[in-house]
Amino acid sequence: MAADRAPATLTQATGATRGTVGESTLRPDGTLKVTGEFAYSSDLWHEDMLWGFTLRSPCAHAAIRSIDTAGALALPGVCAVMTHDDLPAGTHYGLEIHDQPVLAKDRVRFHGEPVAIVAADHPETARRAAARIKVEYEELPLVVDEATATAPDAPLLHPGRRDHHASHVPHPNIVHRQPVRRGDVAAARARADVVVRRDYEVGMQDQAFLGPESGLAVPAEDGGVDLYIATQWLHVDRDQLAPVLGLPADKVRLTLSGVGGAFGAREDLSMQAHACLLALRTGRPVKIVYNRYESFFGHVHRHPAKLTYEHGATRDGMLLYVQCRIVLDGGAYASSSPAVVGNAASLSIGPYVVENVDVEAIALYSNNPPCGAMRGFGAVQACFAYEAQMDAVAAELGLDPVEFRQRNAMSQGATMPTGQLVDSPAPVAELLRRVKALPMPPGRAWEAAGGPVDVRALPGGLSNTTHGEAVVRGVGYAVGIKNVGFSEGFDDYSTARIRLEVIGGEPVALVHTAMAEVGQGGVTVHAQIARTELGVDRVTLHPADTRVGSAGSTSASRQTYMTGGAVKHACEAVRAEVLRRGRERFGASRPAWAEPDRLRLEDGKVVTDGGEVIGDLAGILGEEAIDLEREFRHRPTEPFDLRTGQGFGHVQYSFCAHRAVVEVDTELGLVKVVELAAAQDVGKAINPLSVVGQIHGGSTQGLGLAVMEEIVVSRDGARVRNPSFTDYLIPTILDTPAMPVEVLELADDNAPYGLRGVGEAPTLSSTPAVVAAIRAATGLPLRRVPVRPEHLTGG
Amino acid sequence: MRVNMRVNGRPYEADDVWEGESLLYVLRERLGLPGSKNACEQGECGSCTVRLDGVPVCACLVAAGQAEGREVVTVEGLADHARQRSGEAAGTVRPGEPEEGHPETPGTPRQPEPTRPGQVAPLAPVQQAFIDAGAVQCGFCTPGLLVAADELLERNPDPSDADIREALSGNLCRCTGYEKILDAVRLAAARTGEAV
Ligand code: FES
Ligand code: FES
Repeated sequence: MAADRAPATLTQATGATRGTVGESTLRPDGTLKVTGEFAYSSDLWHEDMLWGFTLRSPCAHAAIRSIDTAGALALPGVCAVMTHDDLPAGTHYGLEIHDQPVLAKDRVRFHGEPVAIVAADHPETARRAAARIKVEYEELPLVVDEATATAPDAPLLHPGRRDHHASHVPHPNIVHRQPVRRGDVAAARARADVVVRRDYEVGMQDQAFLGPESGLAVPAEDGGVDLYIATQWLHVDRDQLAPVLGLPADKVRLTLSGVGGAFGAREDLSMQAHACLLALRTGRPVKIVYNRYESFFGHVHRHPAKLTYEHGATRDGMLLYVQCRIVLDGGAYASSSPAVVGNAASLSIGPYVVENVDVEAIALYSNNPPCGAMRGFGAVQACFAYEAQMDAVAAELGLDPVEFRQRNAMSQGATMPTGQLVDSPAPVAELLRRVKALPMPPGRAWEAAGGPVDVRALPGGLSNTTHGEAVVRGVGYAVGIKNVGFSEGFDDYSTARIRLEVIGGEPVALVHTAMAEVGQGGVTVHAQIARTELGVDRVTLHPADTRVGSAGSTSASRQTYMTGGAVKHACEAVRAEVLRRGRERFGASRPAWAEPDRLRLEDGKVVTDGGEVIGDLAGILGEEAIDLEREFRHRPTEPFDLRTGQGFGHVQYSFCAHRAVVEVDTELGLVKVVELAAAQDVGKAINPLSVVGQIHGGSTQGLGLAVMEEIVVSRDGARVRNPSFTDYLIPTILDTPAMPVEVLELADDNAPYGLRGVGEAPTLSSTPAVVAAIRAATGLPLRRVPVRPEHLTGG
Repeated sequence: MRVNMRVNGRPYEADDVWEGESLLYVLRERLGLPGSKNACEQGECGSCTVRLDGVPVCACLVAAGQAEGREVVTVEGLADHARQRSGEAAGTVRPGEPEEGHPETPGTPRQPEPTRPGQVAPLAPVQQAFIDAGAVQCGFCTPGLLVAADELLERNPDPSDADIREALSGNLCRCTGYEKILDAVRLAAARTGEAV
């Protein structure tokens, strides 16, 4: 029998690594992760545990005529089968709009929608039971694109919708619409010497995190439930779960379990409600682990997009106007589509100064798989198109593409098309200069001087179908702009609780937040911040759970800023309390105590700015711990005007530039990215090693979108064709080149330590840079990603 | 059915194994060794890589019965395995204390203190190198990569970058972009090379 793997303790970062803000401190959970002892959500185990499984719809759009569960229930080992009719309370959930059924009732809207759930004593029994559930479907006409969504007789995906976007969208099959208007595009067009208008398309990318959706729900004696779960935001999961379970929020307790990557895909609920429902129904712990096939149906994807862009410029290379339309396919349910639309619209022209803009972004409801958050969140699709346009306009003008970008690059003090002033550093031209100045990788490295051709380094690699006869090289550049944190007036905050106490004669700080560590290294930087602010060596991290206030989502590059800010804030309060106690106790004898602003905590001591030690933490604290909780908010933002898109919508911007060098076999249509260099401004690198790691990871996902990653949905049936790692390709170590990184640290005065969110910006520009390089190598227009071999061979 | 095998040097016996179960399922769910990861269970990602009689395999593609009577090494046994290979005495060195004659490579971060309470055995060089080089983010790919990388270094103590890429091409990682993973394998090779 397996040992009991107590979920709460094993993901705890027990590490005693050292290091303060600005140092490349090592991960506190590193040892657990390299020894295989870190408890990911799929590793959890409980005495008497059952396995859950989900029956999913084989049709993309159908009426459910009947569901017969008798055959499943009759199978030995099956403990519960639940359908929509068995739900105890709420029937729908959603991040913003509660339009997603926990289990489909009389209609399914996408291929893979959950219809029934089973709990059994072995995962295979659960699977077999689900296969014995008989569901009668009657297929309905499909909505698959803008034309079918807005046709006069289009079936409505959510008839009678009453969400707050419903009143201003032009059609009920449009989730949200955001225009951005500034200046006078018609007048500018009349003055333009060069006009370039083109259509672009971005395929549906998947986050493809490695750790499958999974978790363990344990019914509690008080009638509530404890859920151990891999998620990005514990509190928002709880807030969606409680009404579905018919429980008060305090009886739905969530603890973060080990998370194997997220990238946005864990923002929406997947198996959370199902596991809790089965646990409450059976009175036994229930574990659900999706296999890879199911994972492709279990989470939202990146919105595929169709984009039309028109740029006008003067002969001397100054942009006059941009007009664009971005159509995002949100799939069957809203998820975070409204916010993705806001991002796509407000960031649609890129990090450039353009006086006249006319932008419209919309997201559709359709019968395609639901789309929502993925790293880059609406900015990725736009960046692919506007950067392709920048190259095209530069070519029309006969200008160097980098030079052209630099001429139009925004900098601090610029105005966004939303009217927002860019009030912190925006080193766009400098980032481009930096990537351009990096030394070029050697050409035709596979053709070692005099030696045999190393086929491993050729496009196509070991498949050894070429010896380099038709290989050409190209270089491409791109740069992007991404917002950090939640925008458009969202009350974005995070909470941290800090306990400072003496253990074994030494002061120890305990950091308790609900931040989801999804791999990004938040646990490392929070410990660094606590060490820096409190001058202690030993920092322990409490497991993330809902027993402390919300930390918000691990997304939008916001956790170092927000929860890092909360940890800093709470530590400052603890420090003030330390000084207050010290002053109370020792103030009479040492006048230095009267000036707290001139005191700091260092190496467990209270030190004056002159370096004099006037007390030590252990002495001041004694038996009495200090335990304080604080919330941190970034400065407020405001919603975009629904007609003009004007408004102070984003709290912070981050910028990254890429240079891609590719080799293309023009006969075989194969691409090898030889090098992908990046330059990014991070404001302040709290942990330089992690910063570079994030830039590498983000760049690689962008490379994937450029040349291989796409969920293929059949045109006729809206069915997912490639839900496996055999057919949905993510870059391997052979597909991923050397990635030199230049990090700039230009402080943003509004942010803690001056930092800038890091994780997302590199996913933007890597895609257009790679495609620009392929265009440079081949001369082909390439207006769609991912670029496939047939696009390169003309087949 | 009943399956007997040696895992990480110890005998294990699993009862009531259904014939469709994979070696991965038996390791994770029946033997209490969840270190090998279940990222695809299709043989595509390498997260479940273990050594079966010394050969790296995807445990998700091996039927449990095929492991009968055989020798399995998982990430949980990697440190012991590395120690046996280098002929060191077990259980004497704590991680974080650079071993004698095992100087730290210049420019690498200091090794961390022991991070598991009660842990006495040092990590395998490749494990420590993954931590030091920043090759671990979410870490889900890490166990499989470590087993594959350790096997590579056993075969080829001084691999070229192309060798490393080839050896690890069956292991997907979604977080790191692989640069740091390459660094880690180079670092492990350098440290091991210096130690002998
Ligand atoms: S889990 Fe075995 S190869 Fe992916
Ligand atoms: S998959 Fe997350 S670190 Fe490799």
